[in-house]
Amino acid sequence: MHVLKKTTLYLILISVALVMLLPFYMMFVMSTLSTNEIYSFPPVMTFGGNLITNFKNMIAAVNLPRAFLNSLIVTSLNAVLVLFFSSIGGYAFSVYDFPGKKQLFLVLLGTMMVPFTAGIIPWFIMMSKFGWINNFAALIIPGSANAFGIFWMRQYCQNNVPRSLMEAARIDGCSEWTIFFRVIAPILKPAYASLGIMQFVNIWNEFMQALLILRKEEYYTLSLLLKSMVSDRGTDYGAMMLASTCAVLPLLICFLFASKYFMDGLTAGAVKG
Amino acid sequence: MILLKVAGVMHAIKKNKVAYAYIAPFYILFIIFGLFPMVSGFALSFFRWDGLGSMNFLGLGNYINLFNDSLFWKALYNTLFIGIIAHIPILLGGLILAYILNSDLIRGQNLFKTIYFMPMVTSAVAITIIFQNLFGNNYGLINYIFGLFGKDPVNWLGGDGSFIKVAVIVMFAWKWIGWNMVIYLAGMQGIPQEIYEAAKIDGASHTRVVFNIVIPLLKPIILFTLIQSTIGMFNLFTEPFVLTGNNWGGGTNGGGLTLMMYLLNKAPQGGNAYGYASAIAYVMTFMIVCVAFILNKVMNRNEVKGGM
Repeated sequence: MHVLKKTTLYLILISVALVMLLPFYMMFVMSTLSTNEIYSFPPVMTFGGNLITNFKNMIAAVNLPRAFLNSLIVTSLNAVLVLFFSSIGGYAFSVYDFPGKKQLFLVLLGTMMVPFTAGIIPWFIMMSKFGWINNFAALIIPGSANAFGIFWMRQYCQNNVPRSLMEAARIDGCSEWTIFFRVIAPILKPAYASLGIMQFVNIWNEFMQALLILRKEEYYTLSLLLKSMVSDRGTDYGAMMLASTCAVLPLLICFLFASKYFMDGLTAGAVKG
Repeated sequence: MILLKVAGVMHAIKKNKVAYAYIAPFYILFIIFGLFPMVSGFALSFFRWDGLGSMNFLGLGNYINLFNDSLFWKALYNTLFIGIIAHIPILLGGLILAYILNSDLIRGQNLFKTIYFMPMVTSAVAITIIFQNLFGNNYGLINYIFGLFGKDPVNWLGGDGSFIKVAVIVMFAWKWIGWNMVIYLAGMQGIPQEIYEAAKIDGASHTRVVFNIVIPLLKPIILFTLIQSTIGMFNLFTEPFVLTGNNWGGGTNGGGLTLMMYLLNKAPQGGNAYGYASAIAYVMTFMIVCVAFILNKVMNRNEVKGGM
């Protein structure tokens, strides 16, 4: 009875796991197939010998390294700004007492309730007036005001930053700014990791805003590059699959090596919020 | 009097300038890029504006036109249909998988968690490209598997367009089930083991444990995931857009047309009906806020009942 139950449970878990893995497996397989093989029926499900040709076709069709670099620039600059603004903001809300603190924090919480959708049209008009169409700034700067990030950092500071530490540093004659950078920021490392991963993954995979803002091929991020291969009827299918693999693999490998941190970071809002 | 007040405020700012300086970036950026667009979007929804010429005040005109716009209703129907149906597998499936993984019979918890969570770190465009192939009519793996079970192939992305929604639901569920599962599992691990033990001694079945113990205790967490996936539902755009070959109309018969797609197509993507698009945005916002409010109410009311 016990064994039967155990087997059933494992069977459920394993079949769901197979369903989750199958699309990834097929993506890797199709990266090594020719277009003809991809369109054959029944579908080819084993690795083929067309990887090199697909790679050549891909290089000829799109500028993958450029898109990779663009994604990296947008994502890392945005993540760095979010981490910086969130940590100083969260820290200030946690350790300083100042007039209006309570009201300002309520306003901050309120901003989390309002969906981005409400202002999307004026946001787009604003970006064009700023001359930020085809400019990474549109994807980096507006998103760097992150209410959740401040909320999250405040929680972390309240639980992990002893006020006595600040007092000691003040007696040593450190300025407030030095205290933050020398004493507090190192304590915040785990919080930086969670929030940084969350922001990095979200922006790396972001599509809609990039689609509206980046219209020229030289500015395409990875998501836009993939999308452009879908609409281009002449694109070789194997090359498109290989490009998808190239776009997905770096983050996927990072995830497999540090899955605990990724899962903690990406579900951070649920557990504390 | 006013001068005194101003002086007082100035003094407070001076005394606490470090704290204000630390929180200022958020509020400045939010006012420029969040609050201003939000307020002007509301104002814009009462005007007709092509983005260049003069603005004409229409009053409720945009909203009235919206009410008579069959494409808007189609987009609304599609969005709600996809969102509501897709919530069944991600809620129930997420809970069941988490409950199984929380059982002491199961080893390799982390391995399963990692596998289920993989879609969350993957580009939606790449995922959609793969699924577009798997859903292929004459060559796709899914129709092949259907054939193995003696079922006729389904023209997922073509035909009369009605199966596009099913394809999007499959992708939505595939993507979000792991996220829900990981969150529910974290919640379940926070429930003291003794509660399960006590229920077991009382002879409660697993179904009863889930419905009478686990779900009531996880209510705040379930509420959180519901609100997040509801927002995800209203913002649904990438998957149906790429799945139908970057089609702004949502594919055959608008089968995959969602509210977000319709909104973007009305203005930034060539439609140039900025006021009309703002009206759509505000209807969507209103619906998101309503759903969040109702969910909150429903969840909290049950909690009070359970407490008595």
